[in-house]
Amino acid sequence: MQKTISMPNVNLPQSVQRSSALKPIGLGLLIAAAYFIAIPLVFGANGYLLNVFTTMAAVSFISFGVWLTFAIGRINLAQAGFALIGAYVTAILVSRLGVSFWICLPLSGAVAALLGGLIGWPVLRLKGVYFAMITLCITEACRLTALSFPALTRGAQGIVDLPLPGELSLFGLTIIPAFEKGARLPFFYLAGTLMLLGLGFMWLLDTSRVGAVFRSLRQNEDLASSLGINVAKYRVVAFMVSCFYAGVGGAFFATLQQNVYPTTFQVLDSVYFMVYCFVGGLEFVIGPLVGALVMMISFELLHEFQRYQTVIFSGLMILCILLMPNGILSVVNRSGKPEEATNA
Amino acid sequence: MTQVMLNALVVGTTYALIALGITIIFSIMKVVNFAHGQLYMIGGFVVYYFNVVFGLPFWFGLVMSFLIVGLLGVAMELFLFRPVMLRVKREEVTMLLAMGTAVFLESLALLVFGEKQRGVPPIATGIVELFGARLPTGRIVVIVVAAMLIAALMAFIGYTKTGRALRAMAQDREATALQGVNLKWLSAMGFGLGTGLAGLSGGLLVAIFAVHTGAGTAISIKAFLMIMIGGAGVLSGAILGGFVLGFLESVGYALLPGSLTFLIIFLIVICFLIVRPNGIMGKPWG
Repeated sequence: MQKTISMPNVNLPQSVQRSSALKPIGLGLLIAAAYFIAIPLVFGANGYLLNVFTTMAAVSFISFGVWLTFAIGRINLAQAGFALIGAYVTAILVSRLGVSFWICLPLSGAVAALLGGLIGWPVLRLKGVYFAMITLCITEACRLTALSFPALTRGAQGIVDLPLPGELSLFGLTIIPAFEKGARLPFFYLAGTLMLLGLGFMWLLDTSRVGAVFRSLRQNEDLASSLGINVAKYRVVAFMVSCFYAGVGGAFFATLQQNVYPTTFQVLDSVYFMVYCFVGGLEFVIGPLVGALVMMISFELLHEFQRYQTVIFSGLMILCILLMPNGILSVVNRSGKPEEATNA
Repeated sequence: MTQVMLNALVVGTTYALIALGITIIFSIMKVVNFAHGQLYMIGGFVVYYFNVVFGLPFWFGLVMSFLIVGLLGVAMELFLFRPVMLRVKREEVTMLLAMGTAVFLESLALLVFGEKQRGVPPIATGIVELFGARLPTGRIVVIVVAAMLIAALMAFIGYTKTGRALRAMAQDREATALQGVNLKWLSAMGFGLGTGLAGLSGGLLVAIFAVHTGAGTAISIKAFLMIMIGGAGVLSGAILGGFVLGFLESVGYALLPGSLTFLIIFLIVICFLIVRPNGIMGKPWG
């Protein structure tokens, strides 16, 4: 529809972000390299802690999707539902048809994105609290679907004993060797790679023209459409990308745990994905990662409190919102960025 | 069929009570109380403790469930929602706060109340026959009490000075403050009234269904369905939504296997929202 209309100047001028683009790339790669080398060196012997980092990376990958729907001004609680869809797609294809995990991983994302587009197209007409409530219902509906069709999903028994990923080879050349039983490092690297790719794509999206369009949707949809932006198209695209992240993340978790149940992803997980975005700070692409890191590590630190773990954890979460209602990164970055316009 | 309709009436009246609570909070605070189901669950346990553990009458427990959960709501408003709402850049944060409170209350309840399903002895014995269908007397009592409570609430909001102030605040906070209404006191009271209703309906329904600590999320989801059907922020819509959901649920359980009922209800609600995004009675809002 619109091709040439100039962008509304909604956020920081893009030129400012572009010119300083090289610095974050270099810094990001440095941190990534440090992550890939240092964490296995320090925690490699302790499989449990390595697993915590693996989970953290995958969870923040899924949360990037939620972050993107926040960017268009929607509170997305359907993420766990679409992650469940992705998990079941992989589980069914791998266990029934013996499809390679490496094909299933992107395919799960694609199926989730497709379903997300179909559901999202009507549902995205809703705003604010209505959208939050309906997406919460979608998560619950996904769980019930998994329960209701045991012929396909094996119902409450779940699909168990999924095989580990085999080797990925191209023209006879082994790119990724088959995962060994009990080895945790391959999953750590896979999750880390997913997280980095996910973050990189989010960052590209956020700094591109499309990212500015998304932000304009959050601030004022009517105004955006008056500038010739096809609001319906862009918000469905954003939602589909978000669902893709959920599907891929869900497929990863199904393979990591080698099983999937209707309760693998439920409403509480949707809430947690959202919490990670909030705790990190919604204004920053890296927010979900920071949030997931802080929350999951503090959750593990509370491990010794055993049955009080969840109470203390949720208590801390409330305290976190009370003290830093705009996220951890907002405290770090207090003086830097100019404030965004409040709701128009 | 009469049996199904009567069941729908039983479930519908209590659901309406739940939906009214969440609607009151929503219309005055513009916050969706995601912890509503957990407060409902606590209300059920309050009645259980007063009635079974302390051996006091059921009705005393019911009053206490309203008071205790209501006071809990006042505390939530004063110490959690108010300070956060004053400082946030995005209104979504309050929603997250409500979810955090929900997780907190549920895990706390698990520690305090345990995992067991709890019920109270029947509040009335016997079976009443009505239009050819049979209904336990206990359920009739629940319908009558719930209907009376709804009537009392509507009268309170419609005809008293405080009720008028609440309605005014839902429309326009500043204009209400200009009329000399103490908003701070009123919003805490409104929040407490809403949560108190959640506790009351939990306490009332524990007489029919047993309650357990994990019941909260399901009730919250039902409450959302009701206000989405009826229209958020409209009291009459809440009552209507409660009855519609009660009817759908009763018909579904009579005809379909367990988990399929709510799946179909979700699909119906999603399709319905495509046609009427603001619910039956709702006004458009963002």
